[in-house]
Amino acid sequence: MNSALNDLKETITAALSKSVVDTQLVAGELSITVKRADIPNVLKHLRDDVKCQFKLLVDLCGVDYPEREERFEVVYNLLSLTHNFRVRVKVRTAGDPVPSVTSVFSTAGWFERECWDMYGVPFSGNPDLRRILTDYGFEGHPLRKDFPLTGFVEIRYDDEKKRVVYEPVKLTQDFRSFDFLSPWDGQPPILPGDEKAEGEGA
Amino acid sequence: MSQNQIKNMTLNFGPQHPAAHGVLRMVLEMDGEIIDRADPHIGLLHRGTEKLIENKTYQQSTPYFDRLDYVAPQNQEHAFVLAAEKLLGAEVPERAQYIRVLYCEIGRILNHILNVASYAMDVGAMTPMLWSFEDREHLMEFCERVCGARMHMNYFRIGGVARDLPDGLTDDILAWTEKFPQMITDMETLLTENRIFKQRTVDVAKVTADQAFDWGFTGPNLRASGVAWDLRKSQPYDAYAKMDFDVPVGKNGDCYDRYLCRMLEMRESLKIIRQSINEMPDGPVRCEDRKISPPPRAEMKSSMESLIHHFKLMTEGVNVPVGETYTAVEAPKGEFAVYLVSDGTNKPYRCKIRAPGFAHLQAMDMMCEGHMLADAVAVIGSIDVVFGEIDR
Repeated sequence: MNSALNDLKETITAALSKSVVDTQLVAGELSITVKRADIPNVLKHLRDDVKCQFKLLVDLCGVDYPEREERFEVVYNLLSLTHNFRVRVKVRTAGDPVPSVTSVFSTAGWFERECWDMYGVPFSGNPDLRRILTDYGFEGHPLRKDFPLTGFVEIRYDDEKKRVVYEPVKLTQDFRSFDFLSPWDGQPPILPGDEKAEGEGA
Repeated sequence: MSQNQIKNMTLNFGPQHPAAHGVLRMVLEMDGEIIDRADPHIGLLHRGTEKLIENKTYQQSTPYFDRLDYVAPQNQEHAFVLAAEKLLGAEVPERAQYIRVLYCEIGRILNHILNVASYAMDVGAMTPMLWSFEDREHLMEFCERVCGARMHMNYFRIGGVARDLPDGLTDDILAWTEKFPQMITDMETLLTENRIFKQRTVDVAKVTADQAFDWGFTGPNLRASGVAWDLRKSQPYDAYAKMDFDVPVGKNGDCYDRYLCRMLEMRESLKIIRQSINEMPDGPVRCEDRKISPPPRAEMKSSMESLIHHFKLMTEGVNVPVGETYTAVEAPKGEFAVYLVSDGTNKPYRCKIRAPGFAHLQAMDMMCEGHMLADAVAVIGSIDVVFGEIDR
């Protein structure tokens, strides 16, 4: 399986050498990072090439890495039924539009809408880039790492106004985040106040 | 210009409609009684599962998977634990693999009988719904006996399952598999050659194999279009490689073939259930690595180390090494997958849930165009949507 995937990696990098930025083959999963502008061509090649035949775009999603210069990653997961391969194609963006791949795979339409809704990554060329999962009139992009888990607004039915009203979130108790990561892992074993012990060569 | 101009009408279908299988709102543009355009509005059941999982440890995340496709929760837990095990490199004992396969197939039958029955009710047949609930009750009893919960099992663990099967359970399941085929036969007598049922489903919403690829179909919906593709066969996980079963494939890709595929799949699932019980080996049901799965309670009474392991696992959880994986399983509705990114801490950095129904529902527009309003109901029933997983 791994040697077959390695061959596939070679073929793809050879054929798309202008677009491919990076390839990784870790634990039997091949992932390719490509230039943002080339993504429709890359997916088209992967779909139509005889050695690839990735006919199914099974998944498209965003990932947010706020510390990176180009913080968003859009991940395309493809499946080839003929060769029984999976491949992951990634592009990066700092919020600039990613070319839509709806012309290559019709199924990308909703997945791109979801990515826009959740991360605010725009897709240029998507014919119907509306919000999809969040409420009508929702503001913000909830899966960004800087969006708080509790959100900003809450809704309730107002008995006087006889309608549903939106209000800022009020928590009766502060949101408790338990950081269970042990402070002892990965630190040098120095007891507080015991710094002198080593200096004196004890 | 004295003729009356006929204007298209926009019709709001749902969100509270008995045939919408949950909370689907569909805006239909009608030309008389013919559908011009269907625009499903989803997200009315959006709970932010993916965001919540990013703020929970790996162990705390499994219950969320029960609540996605709440008709067949086992299969989704399976996808998540497989993904986490892959990143951890955990070895799953053979007995646990067989138990998981057994419960996944129970989940598949749970899903298919509910889908076929409610689908039949959508197109006018009442009886299958009433009959199917009896067998669903038996199956949920089997779930209850192994973990205490009828629907939301939370039974699969990273590295195995929560506990071993209780005495006598396998005998009861085997006894049930002997009498369940009669129920499938009864349903088939009611539906398969039923004139009304066929009028409502044959040649409705035909999907060719190429269209199915284009719209990302998987599972029974793809197989009904004549593509023999089943992840249990082509990319086997757990004990599926050792199971002997067939993959039913349709021919026309219409609503009727999707129904037939599901009916035949139930019989194949019964085969797998029997095999997994008969060939199930003895042994542990959870992996022995104490950094991944907690020690048995009895051990904790005498061993300090076990107590520490238990405490660390229940508070901090498992620290998963840096990496990412896309792990898919053949859920009853299609390819259910988890794209898991780990940053080395005890919480998933990103957990994207790939729900099969999301892609299928998107194709509503393609499938409904040119059909009558009443056919939209048959199409929704035949693609098997559950909003827990679509809206996440």
